[in-house]
Amino acid sequence: MSGLNLNHVTKQFGNFTAVNDVNLSVPDGTFVCLLGPSGCGKTTLMRMIAGLDLPTGGSIQLGGADITQVPTHKRDLGMVFQSLALFPHLTVGENIAYSLRIRGTPKDIQKKRVDELLAMIHLPGFADRSVAKLSGGQRQRVAIARALAISPKLFLLDEPLSALDAKLREAMQVELRQLQQRLGITTIVVTHDQREAMTMADTVVVMNGGEIRQAAAPVDIYRRPADSFVADFIGQTNLLPVAADSAGRASVLGELVEGIALPAGAAKGMLSVRPEDVQLTAPGHGAIAGTVTFIRDLGGAIETFVEAGGTQVIAVSSPRNRPDVSVGQSVGIRLDPATSVVLAR
Amino acid sequence: MRREPPQRLADYGPLFFPAGMLIVFFVVPFATMIAVSVFQREQGGFYTPAFVFDNYARFLSLFFGKVLGFSLFLAIAVAAACVVIGIPFTYLLSRSPRKIQIVWLVALLSILSLSEVMIGFAWSTLFSRTAGITNLFVWLGLMAQAQALTPSFGAVMTAMTYQAFPYTVLVLYPALVRLDPTLTEAARTLGASPVKAFFTVVVPALRNTILATLIMVFIFALGSYLLPQLLGRPQHWTLSVLITDQAIYQSNMPFAAAMAVFLVLVSLALVGLALYAGQQRQAK
Ligand SMILES: Nc1ncnc2c1ncn2[C@@H]1O[C@H](COP(=O)(O)OP(=O)(O)O)[C@@H](O)[C@H]1O
Ligand SMILES: [Mg+2]
Repeated sequence: MSGLNLNHVTKQFGNFTAVNDVNLSVPDGTFVCLLGPSGCGKTTLMRMIAGLDLPTGGSIQLGGADITQVPTHKRDLGMVFQSLALFPHLTVGENIAYSLRIRGTPKDIQKKRVDELLAMIHLPGFADRSVAKLSGGQRQRVAIARALAISPKLFLLDEPLSALDAKLREAMQVELRQLQQRLGITTIVVTHDQREAMTMADTVVVMNGGEIRQAAAPVDIYRRPADSFVADFIGQTNLLPVAADSAGRASVLGELVEGIALPAGAAKGMLSVRPEDVQLTAPGHGAIAGTVTFIRDLGGAIETFVEAGGTQVIAVSSPRNRPDVSVGQSVGIRLDPATSVVLAR
Repeated sequence: MRREPPQRLADYGPLFFPAGMLIVFFVVPFATMIAVSVFQREQGGFYTPAFVFDNYARFLSLFFGKVLGFSLFLAIAVAAACVVIGIPFTYLLSRSPRKIQIVWLVALLSILSLSEVMIGFAWSTLFSRTAGITNLFVWLGLMAQAQALTPSFGAVMTAMTYQAFPYTVLVLYPALVRLDPTLTEAARTLGASPVKAFFTVVVPALRNTILATLIMVFIFALGSYLLPQLLGRPQHWTLSVLITDQAIYQSNMPFAAAMAVFLVLVSLALVGLALYAGQQRQAK
């Protein structure tokens, strides 16, 4: 099997399990984002893929070969560190050429490749500059070029854009994705920013507490979250309690809702409804009754906060469909079964 | 806080103390030494003020030239040995658990509390035939017969390196601790083995620190006058030994002073050369 495969990969630091039984298959040429809150084990997992940490359990395969015990320098990968780790004593060109020099590549070929890579990262003519004199975005690009100099099989980036300001970060996300598609290189990026993950990834891997909670395409992660953690972590959502009566009819916040079914045998569950899928109507006629408590007009979107059965429900609408409600007004909430996801409790 | 150029004499106040110390403990003794170096020696007595260069002239002989050469060679060798052993040692130390680091640093600091005399006698015992380490080698079957390892050049080198090693580690340690550990990890992901990463990243990134350490140990070793006498043969005696000999046993202060001045000038020149070379490579 080609691509990258993680089988039951586990890492323990003493009694603490930082990564727990991770299974993941990354086909050649895909872009994967490891996404999760701080401390969930993303960096640890990436360091094991790079060989900088050895797993305490499980195995890692790259291109069909078991690389679990192969030392880092024989793994044929490129990595961009969170701190970038550019060599301060080398120029931009020498930094990029480092992996070629280590392998004894002739000087003229090194120079040709450096020029090629500098053109690729839109910094032509920067070879003789000192890395200390570059801006944040330029340093970022140099680190990427250095990691790609030998055209590795696998490209790893640990929170590569976190040091950049918001505007530059968005631009770099698009650039990185386009670069990856042009080179067709298998890429794994660690991030804690879900927008970043949604922008770049073919597959988003959501982690929490050292475990993978869901691995799927960005749209699927958003539309069909596997559990309430994923639903809550990716974008905004309303998590509403669902109860089923003896006949199996489901009610949300005390109101029967047609078309929603709990798994057979379950009496209780959670319903994840995205704010843009919540419809506000007149009260009654089978709608969930609630009271508007707050309205936030963000210009591009209007958020209406509704209190219903002790739970806060947020509805988002575009200015075109501005709901005709005011604070204190009684409203009805309608849920569309097609866009609501039933989750285990 | 605003910084203004000093206007009144009192504004220079903070400088008085260091300036005073510098004058009392450096400028005055050094000036005295230069003065004495051109004085006339009185046979069997002290010296009389004069302005003669006899002492320097006497120094310009093959014998003293050889001694000076050996002194510089020994100091450079000790500095090189300290740095070659010290960098990997300190690198590994800075990457080891906190507890181990503390134990080693305390042990190294306690070496600093030993005087040169104690270090000298300890090593001469260790290198002796009757009670030395060769007895251990015989017991282990590595050697047929116990033998004396002193006096010898190796014994002088070992003891002087031992004495200067704690200083080496203490100078290198902060720089190595501050060195971003991801630099070597980055080098490894780029295809360098750990050893290659050490030589292509750690050592070059620390170039200035290494140069400073070399100069410090060089000067430190240049002043050593007990260990060469205790552990070496007469041909291993350094200029510092001869200066001590002239000043204390021969009561020839002017000649001792002349040699000391010469030694200071030569070592300053060498240090300047090293710094210049370092800057040239940096500017490259
Ligand atoms: N060398 C280590 N020794 C002990 N615990 C560690 C070590 N490295 C990481 N951890 C712990 O493992 C957990 C996951 O860390 P990490 O992978 O860096 O998280 P993330 O990158 O997702 O923020 C954290 O709780 C961290 O404290
Ligand atoms: Mg991390």
